[in-house]
Amino acid sequence: MNFDFSDDQKMLKDQARKVLADKSSTKAVRAVLEDAGTSFDAGLWSAVAELGWLGVSIPEEYGGLGLGKLELCVLAEEMGRALAPIPFSSTLFYFTEAVLLAGSEAQKQAVLPNVAAGAVIGCFAVSEGPGAPSPATLRCTFDGAALNGVKIPVTDGDCATHAVVLAKEGAGVSLALVDLNGPGVSRKTVKTLDPSRGHAEITFTNAKAERLGPAGEGWDIAERVLDRAAVLTAFEQIGGADACLEMAVDYAKNRYAFSRQIGSFQAIKHKLADMYVANQVARSNAYFGAWALSTEAAELPLAAAASRVAAIDAYHLAAKENIQAHGGMGFTWDVDCHLFYRRAKLLAVQGGAAPVWKEKLVQRLERRNAA
Amino acid sequence: MDFNDSPEEAAFRLKARAFMEKTCKPKGADKALAQELDGKEFLAAAKAYQKKKAEAGFAGITWAKEQGGQALPPIYSVIFGQEESKFDAPAGPFAIGLGMCIPTMIAFATDAQKKRYVGPALRGEEIWCQLFSEPAAGSDVAGLKTRAVRDGDEWVVNGQKVWTSGAHYSDYGILLVRTNPDAPKHKGLTMFFLDMKSPGVEVRPIHQMSGGSNFNEVYFTDVRIPHSQMLGAEGQGWNVALVTLMNERLAVGGSPGPDYAEIMDLARRLPAADGQSPLIKDQAFRAKLADWYVKSEGYKLTKFRTQTALSKGETPGPEASIGKILTANGLQDITNAAIEAEDHYGIISDTALAPMEAVFQQSYMWAPGLRIAGGTDEILKNIIAERVLGLPGDVRVDKDVAYKDLPTGR
Repeated sequence: MNFDFSDDQKMLKDQARKVLADKSSTKAVRAVLEDAGTSFDAGLWSAVAELGWLGVSIPEEYGGLGLGKLELCVLAEEMGRALAPIPFSSTLFYFTEAVLLAGSEAQKQAVLPNVAAGAVIGCFAVSEGPGAPSPATLRCTFDGAALNGVKIPVTDGDCATHAVVLAKEGAGVSLALVDLNGPGVSRKTVKTLDPSRGHAEITFTNAKAERLGPAGEGWDIAERVLDRAAVLTAFEQIGGADACLEMAVDYAKNRYAFSRQIGSFQAIKHKLADMYVANQVARSNAYFGAWALSTEAAELPLAAAASRVAAIDAYHLAAKENIQAHGGMGFTWDVDCHLFYRRAKLLAVQGGAAPVWKEKLVQRLERRNAA
Repeated sequence: MDFNDSPEEAAFRLKARAFMEKTCKPKGADKALAQELDGKEFLAAAKAYQKKKAEAGFAGITWAKEQGGQALPPIYSVIFGQEESKFDAPAGPFAIGLGMCIPTMIAFATDAQKKRYVGPALRGEEIWCQLFSEPAAGSDVAGLKTRAVRDGDEWVVNGQKVWTSGAHYSDYGILLVRTNPDAPKHKGLTMFFLDMKSPGVEVRPIHQMSGGSNFNEVYFTDVRIPHSQMLGAEGQGWNVALVTLMNERLAVGGSPGPDYAEIMDLARRLPAADGQSPLIKDQAFRAKLADWYVKSEGYKLTKFRTQTALSKGETPGPEASIGKILTANGLQDITNAAIEAEDHYGIISDTALAPMEAVFQQSYMWAPGLRIAGGTDEILKNIIAERVLGLPGDVRVDKDVAYKDLPTGR
């Protein structure tokens, strides 16, 4: 039994934590959050590219480091802990995974080395309006060459150079790979709950695009991309949830009320213990997801759903109860609690919200039982 | 990451499985055994089983060789436990003695005493119980009242213990008592071991709300214990007790009853609230099912992480402490939902009438006990908060006050 990360992976994690503590302080996060004109921290993005992290799980033949998905998981956790204001997840968990899964050799050669170098910023454009998308409700269309329609919101869509877009093609659904700086693409920044990450409304008007993967298989490929992103995002969420718990613990040790540390009150202790339990449940499920992802195991769909449901719950609990533990201070702009509260919500809905994933989980459980 | 045993672990697991296949029937195959719980035949079967375990080298797996153990790292204990749990093995009566009492004896008894008591316990010839909790000292066990007064070479004990598992069939017990009421409560305690057949010891079963009787009250009336049976020094009982309780968390665990799979099974056969579709198609039910699955898997996988730490020779992380909070509360939730799903019929607990032999009804009545036994939810959360998260201890109003001057309430 070795249900843990390797020493090398843990070293990478330590390195990431140190680098990000320095380069992605909450001051840096706020610089993006508080400036409506800035959608990501370009300096941090270059630094992350130079460290090789953008290519960590991209195969060497495409310019990456060729390490595995477990390395990407540990980086994801640290990105979450540091609230890194960069399009790391959109580029790697969604866009790159889609290209790796469905891209042609030529597409991989064209895109992946540039991802690893930090020159391509990717995004994954699915949502078109309120409510979970389905093949029946998609309105964006693709004819094999041109893309039409509106995607909103697209996380990191305002700073991305490329997008993978889910669109109707005839009676089916396909994925399209599109250069966002090409003709026929217009973008508008969208105001969201988490401005530490840029969001866009992207309008395609006969935009030139290539098919990614076979025609009509877009929905199935997207589901597989979402499973992979669910596991990776779960680590990002756990990093954030642990940071919230640590913040709350630190505050509870140093804040005095009724002439004692508030952390000596059981009402606070039990709240923080509940957060700890939820974080551990999320971590254990995510480890299994990581194992399934890294080995391409048949368990991946169910493990991904469990990872996602547990991580959404844990981060939600940790982010809201961190504010509560801070009392009135926690409700101020100046204290960092709200940065996590915002990011927790973004990560809870990007890639599909909890109700959708709980339904997926049960369907997959039923499928497993039937097998 | 992988889920494989090391070659040594795999070899040990094979040996353990072969032993279990030879010795016991697979889980659920032997209904009579489960129903005979606490009966004389069950106890005889349990003792015979423990003897075979000791002879085959599967008892005291982590104990030193001079104590009759195998001197193996804790991971081997976990592996044996995993294999044992797949069978109807009557190991229950020895869990507390071998898990908590004898390790305390090994730490504090004299060599002659260890020689006399450890072997017979290991071979299942003698059973031990743990006498700590009292009617007025549960979570706050250091507030216990049972008094021991020295009389020459003996101590005379008067008082009452409660929630003592297996007291009615135990041969010996370890007993925490108050020897100095003038000292603050943690400092006036002393630990002894005693013969449960001593004159003045009276064991009465507790009738639980679930209907059964798995625990006892134990009354002490002028019970005489030789001074030589003191464990640790006089007044050091609390420190000795901490050693006993440290072993408790490793001794408790496992799945306590019906889980997501069982209620999923039930939901296929029952109607949803709309009266049309089966419950398994009901969205609200499915969302809850997902939550139960995530928690159940979370617990199972957390144990894998603990096992990994043990396998690497590391001390298991604090994640080991979350298990009972998850399983006990999960059990209460799932059984409640199952009964509600059965609607009015859910009140029936007759095993011949209720779905799935009334497993949900029975566990519903057992779940409240599980949330209390071996540390309440609240105490476990205090432990997580203080020992794992490093939060300050509660303000102790009783820290420097003589025990006899403490307010007691009812």
